[in-house]
Amino acid sequence: MVHVPVKGGDGAIESAHRWLAETRRGDLSVRELELDQIAGQLGRAVDRVMSEGSLYDPRLAALALKQAQGDISEAAFLLRAYRTTLPRFFYSCPIDTEKMRLYRRVSGVFKDVPGGQYLGPTYDYTHRLLDFGLESADTEPVPADETDEEIPLAPRVNAFLSAEGLVEESPVPQGEAKDLTREAADFASHRDQRLQGLARGDEGFLIAMAYASKHDATGAHPFVAETRAGEVPVSVEVPELAFSIDIGEIIVTECQMVNKFKGSKRTPPQFTMGYGLVFGQNDRKSMAMALVDRATRARELGEDENTPAQNIEFVMELCDNVQTSGYLEHLKLPHYVDFQGDLEAIRRMRREASDSAEEPLQAEESAPEAAA
Amino acid sequence: MNGYNFAYLDEGTKRMIRRAILKAVAIPGHQIPFGSREMPLPYGWGTGGIQVTAAIIGRPDTLKVIDQGSDEATNPSSIRRFFAAVSKISTTTRTVDASIIQTRHRIPETPLRADQIIVYQVPQPEPLAKLAPDSVEARRMHALADYGLIYVRLYEDIARFGRIAVSYDYPVMVNNRYLMAPTPIPAFDTPKMNMMPALQLFGAGRQRTIYAVPPYTSVKPLEFSDFPFDVESHGRTCRLCGATDSYLDEIIAQDGGDSTYVCSDTDFCETQRSQQTENP
Repeated sequence: MVHVPVKGGDGAIESAHRWLAETRRGDLSVRELELDQIAGQLGRAVDRVMSEGSLYDPRLAALALKQAQGDISEAAFLLRAYRTTLPRFFYSCPIDTEKMRLYRRVSGVFKDVPGGQYLGPTYDYTHRLLDFGLESADTEPVPADETDEEIPLAPRVNAFLSAEGLVEESPVPQGEAKDLTREAADFASHRDQRLQGLARGDEGFLIAMAYASKHDATGAHPFVAETRAGEVPVSVEVPELAFSIDIGEIIVTECQMVNKFKGSKRTPPQFTMGYGLVFGQNDRKSMAMALVDRATRARELGEDENTPAQNIEFVMELCDNVQTSGYLEHLKLPHYVDFQGDLEAIRRMRREASDSAEEPLQAEESAPEAAA
Repeated sequence: MNGYNFAYLDEGTKRMIRRAILKAVAIPGHQIPFGSREMPLPYGWGTGGIQVTAAIIGRPDTLKVIDQGSDEATNPSSIRRFFAAVSKISTTTRTVDASIIQTRHRIPETPLRADQIIVYQVPQPEPLAKLAPDSVEARRMHALADYGLIYVRLYEDIARFGRIAVSYDYPVMVNNRYLMAPTPIPAFDTPKMNMMPALQLFGAGRQRTIYAVPPYTSVKPLEFSDFPFDVESHGRTCRLCGATDSYLDEIIAQDGGDSTYVCSDTDFCETQRSQQTENP
């Protein structure tokens, strides 16, 4: 028997994975990475993996990053595939971000915003110059200013605007929030599912969509009413108890964007809101999410749809990195059977075309179906 | 495998999937949305089929997994290893020994029996996906059995090429009611779906959809009275077993000579050959 293709899948997989494990570990004379190092010193990567992996657990995210050799998408995928097997004991009570223990709060709309503004540990205003001092592994940073005062709790900025009726009233969702990881999604009619999808969505995609939304028909410049980051308590209601209990704290970044809305027959001109909330500290994604949330409300608000960012099905279909990269990577799988079908069809049609006296068909015209 | 439930999914999830399957069986060819879970394999690599299999598999089952007709390629091998790891069920490459056959892009040549279930991995469950502007409109067209557009699509092929140029994922009508995507199996395999004694289940992970064809249900490829559905015989022979009636893969000759052909269904080919050795 001669070359019958791709036999012995088992053996090939085993060898490939042993090779992978070897390259993952790298040079044995270099100390192996510890999870504490990843969780403690690659915090933004851990945040992003928790956000796109849709599971708040810095240690597991660090493990996923180690296992994936620092590949963020692969690590997020590992976390997703783990979280899906976890039993669901409770849905938490909605977190209250006004109770956030702030370490960052910035508003782009009011100079003297009640509650104050705090930069917190940010890359904003750093000069992007490589710090060669970090090359050695014994750096000790200058300690941050010591202060005993905690940043006080602050009301959200949009509360001031809504007091005057300038901002739309947030629709209060009826009943339990939908959970798109547990039931089939209906993005067109459920903003809660959309927000959940965006919160898990790919950061790069959301930024691109947010940027695309600036070309929408309204032409209105969005404003950051507020972006804040800090720790919020998470509580659950245990059916046997009459009160809710705190089960821990998570770090989140929240962004509220306001857009001018020219009004409709029923609604006077006002500001409309877009909302973003992500795990960890990540201004970029929370802002992008808020803009995309607002853009996908175009149909609800009766606006013209002229950018893909306003098309709910387009955005929701494409925002999930695990789904889109899965499709992409499946193209590596064999398609012999379908390709054989196309091959036969093209050969037959070319034969018929050359047999007949007519001019041969153009090659582009003869592709009958896209492969799946 | 430690830390995971039998067949990976938790029992609540399996129950949810089985409910969707029961509904799908009750309405042949109709697409049922379900709460598709994230699986440890990428979307597009069979997550829908794997979830269906995980929901129906039990300890006495024997699982066969094929891709392009082959048991031995990397993806079916990986899926088989996954189920062996998370459920300790027995696996086989022999069609006749399997109680559940999960497949991508082929139906085995050996006719399936009433005590078998075939699970198809589905990339796009919506046969109207390229014709309807959005999923809401596609659902409306199904509800009203408003299938004119797909016939226009097939007619355009006839006008342009003189034949219906759909070589795989050939649209079918199930139980004279629902238009259904048979998944990207070659048109050669489509007639095997009709009145099949085995239960046929279809799982689309990313598209969060399950559908089914119950045993002995009519599955008819779309056709026109003057352009009937037709699978041309290829007139070729398998180089290994000599079969002339099976679906063949083309093997390109490395020395630039003529291509040769071998059965795409590796189990069928091996069975033919071992019978020839026994009865020369």
